Amino acid sequence: MSVATTLRLFSPEIILTLFGLIVLGYDLAVRRRERWQAALALVGLGLALLASFWAAGESTSLFFGMFIVDPFTTFFRVVSLLTGGLVVLGSVDYLRQRTIFRGEFYSLFLFTILSMTLMAGASDLIMVIVSIEFLSITSYILTGWLRDDVKSSEASVKYFLYGSITTAAMIYGASLLFGLTGHTDLAGIAEVLRAPEAAFGSNLQAFSLPAAMLLLTGFAFKIALVPFHQWSPDAYEGAPTPVTAFLSIGPKAVGFAMLVRVFLTALPFAEVEWTGVMIGMAIITMTLGNLVAIVQKDIKRMLAYSSIAQAGYMLIGIASLSAAGATGINAVGATLFYLFAYVFTNMGAFAAVIAVDNAENSSSISAYRGLIRREPLMAVAMFIFFLSLVGIPPTAGFIGKFSVFVSAVDAELYGLAVIGVVNGVISVVYYFGVVKEMFFLGGETDAEPLRVGSWLQAALVISLIMTLVIGLYPEPFLGLANNAAEGLMGVGQMLALH
Amino acid sequence: MFPILTLITFLPLVGMLVILFLDDDEVIKRFALTLSVVPLILSAYLWIAYGRTGGGIQFEEMVTWIPSVGINYHMGVDGFSVPLIFLTTLLTVISLGYSYLVIDERVKEYFALFLLLETGMLGVFVSLDLFLFYVFWEIGLVPMYFLIGVWGGPRRQYAAIKFFLYTLTGSVFMLLAIIGVAINTGTFDILEVAALGPFAGNALLQSLAFIGFFLGFAIKVPMWPFHTWLPDAHVEAPTAGSVILAGVLLKLGTYGFIRILMPFFPDTFQTFAVPIAFLAFTSIVYGALVAMAQWDFKKMIAYSSVNHMGYVMLGLAAAMATSNADLSARVTGVNGAVLQMFNHGIITGALFLLVGLIYDERTHERDFRAFGGMWSTTPVYGTFLMVASFASLGLPGLAGFVSEFMIFRGALASGDGNFLMALFTILSVLGIVVTAALFLWKVIQLILLGPENDRWKEAKAQGKLTDLSTAEVLTLAPLVFFMFLVGVYPGPVLDVINTATTSLLTAIGIG
Repeated sequence: MSVATTLRLFSPEIILTLFGLIVLGYDLAVRRRERWQAALALVGLGLALLASFWAAGESTSLFFGMFIVDPFTTFFRVVSLLTGGLVVLGSVDYLRQRTIFRGEFYSLFLFTILSMTLMAGASDLIMVIVSIEFLSITSYILTGWLRDDVKSSEASVKYFLYGSITTAAMIYGASLLFGLTGHTDLAGIAEVLRAPEAAFGSNLQAFSLPAAMLLLTGFAFKIALVPFHQWSPDAYEGAPTPVTAFLSIGPKAVGFAMLVRVFLTALPFAEVEWTGVMIGMAIITMTLGNLVAIVQKDIKRMLAYSSIAQAGYMLIGIASLSAAGATGINAVGATLFYLFAYVFTNMGAFAAVIAVDNAENSSSISAYRGLIRREPLMAVAMFIFFLSLVGIPPTAGFIGKFSVFVSAVDAELYGLAVIGVVNGVISVVYYFGVVKEMFFLGGETDAEPLRVGSWLQAALVISLIMTLVIGLYPEPFLGLANNAAEGLMGVGQMLALH
Repeated sequence: MFPILTLITFLPLVGMLVILFLDDDEVIKRFALTLSVVPLILSAYLWIAYGRTGGGIQFEEMVTWIPSVGINYHMGVDGFSVPLIFLTTLLTVISLGYSYLVIDERVKEYFALFLLLETGMLGVFVSLDLFLFYVFWEIGLVPMYFLIGVWGGPRRQYAAIKFFLYTLTGSVFMLLAIIGVAINTGTFDILEVAALGPFAGNALLQSLAFIGFFLGFAIKVPMWPFHTWLPDAHVEAPTAGSVILAGVLLKLGTYGFIRILMPFFPDTFQTFAVPIAFLAFTSIVYGALVAMAQWDFKKMIAYSSVNHMGYVMLGLAAAMATSNADLSARVTGVNGAVLQMFNHGIITGALFLLVGLIYDERTHERDFRAFGGMWSTTPVYGTFLMVASFASLGLPGLAGFVSEFMIFRGALASGDGNFLMALFTILSVLGIVVTAALFLWKVIQLILLGPENDRWKEAKAQGKLTDLSTAEVLTLAPLVFFMFLVGVYPGPVLDVINTATTSLLTAIGIG
């Protein structure tokens, strides 16, 4: 492959690296005009987004099989960059009020997004582990960014301790797989596992399943699937609010990217029985997330548990892989679509949380009292985001839920589908607790308007528009998600085997 | 073709968006009220223009929406939906007219939500695609939640979330049933699914899907024992909200039975017909008895809705129960059920308005024991209350009698040879007796007749307890007109309904 092609296919990552350095250098050289830091970061993300479309196309392997560019990679590049852009928009006012280390923040944040796009395309266990660690380390730092704030530091340490242990487990799983197959590249592993008689006789399952579960630990930690979720409420509560927004979306998204790519390409379930584990995890993740969210008094913690539950719904798609495709929404596509819808929905909700935090310096649910009088657009937007999180039309979240339930029913997992919809009803209790504060409570007296910065407003409005557009006309986005899922190496083969 | 259904459905939504940009309360009120007249005129046109001879689905619209899943924007109306669309637009105009008089708080939000609610309700009646049906079904939930929660009575927050949770629980099971049916038949189109017959030969899955839909609809109707959200929601809702809730939202449930359950699962429906008739019978008698026990006027009307919707379900269940009865008896029963939906909307809408007129504007009191001798104080109000009460208890010559008679006529004939069905039908007549007693004693005797209650002497002397104003009479008059019209000459309503009933019962093959 020519150097030019490699550069083109890898251009989003190159642009992110360059802009990470530029923002850092700019911060050193020009101290005064601080808002340009955020603008520069946005330009970098925007250019990288354009570059991802430029690099899209047939699936091509780079760097001796370490990195692959296929529709799946493109999908997650786009998700990562959009998340990055929205979080930057949401950070400007928040950081200006609270810290002097702003240039460093945007620079580090660009590197965080870089680590996500690297995860999106990682096609070798070594690359998988390195990029996950890259994301973890930058996330720890971002979580502890407000270093004078005890909660922020505590959150960072907890996140770090938990993360180190799961990383160790994950590396152990990877080494087991390497020992079993002699390969670190995902395609190579799959090849050996598909022809087990030659290599191992009949004992394959006994070794490959534990290896898969250990790997899953690492991914589940990033996604915050139960029982690997304990870090997330504390980390979410303590982290700077824009970072909380990021943590609830970014790592989850690419965690799913890793999970799907590794499990589908390297561990085809015809040989390694992992769907049962996914079904179980989906059930406990959404149920526990929703039940615990009900009792929260702090909106960041509430949204932390809510995002745990949301990840449980997303997992339904993957869990119902065994019989996908009857109605055109293939199961992985359903998960990817859900994720895409979730990016805007959750980011929108967090934009409102950041706005209230900026004005009130509080993330308590009671701070939302009478919001409809103080900032009507934001209250209505927040309500629509909640509808989307519950899964009520005409929002993006509804189509997401619809898609995953279609795949569950299609796979005849009726119990899973019923538990899923009942969970949707349970979640109304806590989302509408906030709605009650915003719309029903509070008198005319405390109707002092809320001041929302224009950057934050942009994040809110973009999220709102996307939530409604995806909800009303999901066709192109379903196409995008299905295309990414179909393009995933090995899915076609796997379904054919079944 | 001119997309009249899209226009009727989405005009209120457009109106809602316009209201968001208006600022003056009076302008908003006038705009909303004026705008809501347009769908009413269009739906009256729909009623007149609907071809009776051909019947079937008319004014059809079909646009591809989400092709990768096979979902279309498919709309159309038949004899079941036309009267209900008219009912919806009529009650919306009346509710907005009433709200014009009484709502002073958060006016912009109120009228915007009300128009959104209208779009949601109309959408359900015109949808011929299961996905579209579900979307509209859910859209109606949100504005009603706010109408109860913001403008409702003292326990409004509790009532609002209870209403929302109950109905959402029902509808998520319906969503699963929709998905299952669509995967099995390969289409979301209501007409195609009905023609194909979902889960043919698999009684278990058929029953599961039936139960999924049943939960969604039965909670909405609501049938005993799923009715517990209703008294709270009705009592706490603002008057216009109660009118729409009782007048239209409950009909979404029974409409679902007719539009979806009967054509999709005729055999399963037949299997479950007797249990459903039992629930209907319980709703009728229990609803009437509990209504009798109430001292709160509004709560009494709420429970009487459980009773009246029970008749609808009895008519439908009986028509699906047996296969040996002659077609005409079934047709009579189903016609009566659909007519009862229309009549209940008119009558109960009027009764809730009458409660509101006395409570919101005059006395702030709803306890029967606090009244007495109101007829002499407010004769016009008294006359309206009499007519509505008589219509509700089923006095011949008024609307309620016609539909209830048809239901019992159909149910008894269909119940021929089916002991349990006949038993439940006969026992259900008790409901009529209790309802008659209830309205005569509580409403007419305690409120209108007897000596004047001293409590209101002062208010009367100060001129606070006045009779109905012209504007108030105007909001009630159309409803009373229809009570008489349907009571004396139900032809124009029934001939439309009959086209749909005949073709439905013929098509599902057990007729």
